[in-house]
Amino acid sequence: MRLIKTMAAGALALGLATAAQAQDPYKVGFIYVGPIGDLGWSYQHDLGRQAVQEHFGDAVETSYVESVPEGADAERVITQMARSGVDMIFTTSFGYMDATINVAEEFPNVRFEHATGYRVADNVSTYSARFYEGRHVIGLIAGRMTETNTVGYIASFPIPEVIRGINAAYLAAKSVNPEVEFKVVWVFTWFDPGKEAEAANALIDQGADVIMQHTDSPAAMTIAEERGVMAFGQASNMANFGPTAQLTSIMDDWDPYYIARVQAGIDGSWVSTETWDGIGPGMVAFAPFNESLPAEVVAEAEAARDAIAAGTMHPFTGPINRQDGSPWLAAGEVADDGTLATMDFYVEGVTGDIPQ
Amino acid sequence: MDFSSIDPISLIVSLMIAATPILLAGLGELVVEKSGVLNLGVEGMMIIGAIAGFAMAVETENPYLGMLAAMGAGAVLALLFGILTQFLLSNQVATGLALTLFGLGLAALLGHSYTGIKPPSVDKLNISFLTDIPVLGRILFNHDAVVYFSIFMVFVLWWFLNRSRAGLVLRAVGESHDAAHSLGYNVLLIRMLAIMFGGAMAGLGGAYFSLIRVPQWTEGMTAGAGWIALALVVFSSWKPGRLLIGAYLFGGISVLEINLQIVGVGISPAYLKMTPYLVTIIVLVIMSSDRRRASLNAPASLGRSFHASH
Repeated sequence: MRLIKTMAAGALALGLATAAQAQDPYKVGFIYVGPIGDLGWSYQHDLGRQAVQEHFGDAVETSYVESVPEGADAERVITQMARSGVDMIFTTSFGYMDATINVAEEFPNVRFEHATGYRVADNVSTYSARFYEGRHVIGLIAGRMTETNTVGYIASFPIPEVIRGINAAYLAAKSVNPEVEFKVVWVFTWFDPGKEAEAANALIDQGADVIMQHTDSPAAMTIAEERGVMAFGQASNMANFGPTAQLTSIMDDWDPYYIARVQAGIDGSWVSTETWDGIGPGMVAFAPFNESLPAEVVAEAEAARDAIAAGTMHPFTGPINRQDGSPWLAAGEVADDGTLATMDFYVEGVTGDIPQ
Repeated sequence: MDFSSIDPISLIVSLMIAATPILLAGLGELVVEKSGVLNLGVEGMMIIGAIAGFAMAVETENPYLGMLAAMGAGAVLALLFGILTQFLLSNQVATGLALTLFGLGLAALLGHSYTGIKPPSVDKLNISFLTDIPVLGRILFNHDAVVYFSIFMVFVLWWFLNRSRAGLVLRAVGESHDAAHSLGYNVLLIRMLAIMFGGAMAGLGGAYFSLIRVPQWTEGMTAGAGWIALALVVFSSWKPGRLLIGAYLFGGISVLEINLQIVGVGISPAYLKMTPYLVTIIVLVIMSSDRRRASLNAPASLGRSFHASH
């Protein structure tokens, strides 16, 4: 069913892309994992696309296909888009990684930009934001604010990106509140408001009074507001759904990166790169802190944010042990990007197992 | 591992909430299929119900008017399906799939200005002396009206299909439309009414998502619930009582799976997530292994177009 939907959408993108060939603008395509109206991850990427369109005007033509499932379907949709004559394709989900690499081999003249992955090629760049920097800041706030010492965490898929987020938030929360405990639920979806709401309800039932999410819809925020607990938004500012509940939100800002890459494509200066930007360059930002937060908590969070931005502090600074107690980082040692990019273990203190 | 942190009462309450939308949509589709029509557009009708119900509830600040609007919108979409398949004799499978695509797209379009809004809340039943009964009070007497309506409809439909003349006529149309036609029953009218009833129930199921279960509007928020409802109809072998059990089983597994994870049971959530689908497949296999039993339950004219000239 989704298959047919994406095929239809792909055919539509094809039609759109070939419609205005006369002026020969630079063509940029986007593949989204959720609907652009998810008000989270895909919504934020689409804001980036709109920023590109606005910045370049008629010189650039953008198209997109939304709700493309990860896996075999993705490869076909990306192939269709590449065949339709676009010059650059942004594939905006981790699960598109192999599909992107495969299609890129077939279309050496199309430039590919894959979000949050780790495989590159001559015509494939990767880009991601250091969301764990944001997770560190919200972890500090969570550790200070929780009264039940229980933080509920709605996780999507057991991939390095998500595991890193859990570890970063946990370490920060633990540093200010040694009693804190994280309860993690894996929902195995990026977008399913019903499921996300169910997970939030179950976490609250089991004692969590702060909810963090690594899924894309504002469902958990809505439930948190309804049940009177605190929560952090994801990808986008979700304050509309939880004016009281939302303490802050980690926001993704893709606009500058997308504009810079499209510019490079037009100039011919595009080369394959691996970008991983954080709070410093502005790829990771925060929604306004909730006014109910005590001033000292806000001050602490802001100090951490600024120190990370300035590069004087790293969320993964030793001593840190792995979950099984074996040492990972010695005192003062900072995690290298390679380990972070492929992180597949919990740090000491996080309970439960990572599903295989 | 500490199971004491799981509260069985909250578990039952949340499984009922998880099950209600698929139960409603499943009951509607059950009647449609009993009349011999296969409408695969349940997902599309649900999502249209979700946005129509949400929009009406927000505009009038009355969730119940929203639910009526959702039922109306679902029925209108179903009417479209009915005209195409019953009068223009289009293929039911293809038309149903198209209906889902159309519904998802139209809902996204209509819902554009409704994102980020809070709908009016729906009251839960709260009768002090009943709701305060320990354990049973919260399980039985502390729900929103739609939960009770869905259970009520299970009984109504059981009675309708097995005990009422109209229900028997509907089943006759589903078993052999030619025979029903030769007896003088208006096959198309009966099927159109069944199709619209199915649409209304799916629409209400959709509104349950946007008004009660998640209370918000987001594109594609039904996320496959319509397909689960379709599977449940087969799982229940077209019996309302079994559909109720199936829906609660499905809701129960999906809620329990989350709770077990939080407690830290070492079963991979992937397995638990597969269970409802596995059970459906197993039921299908068992049903199809015995031709007689299967033919007793599945409407014989399911999915076949009717044209009076032959």
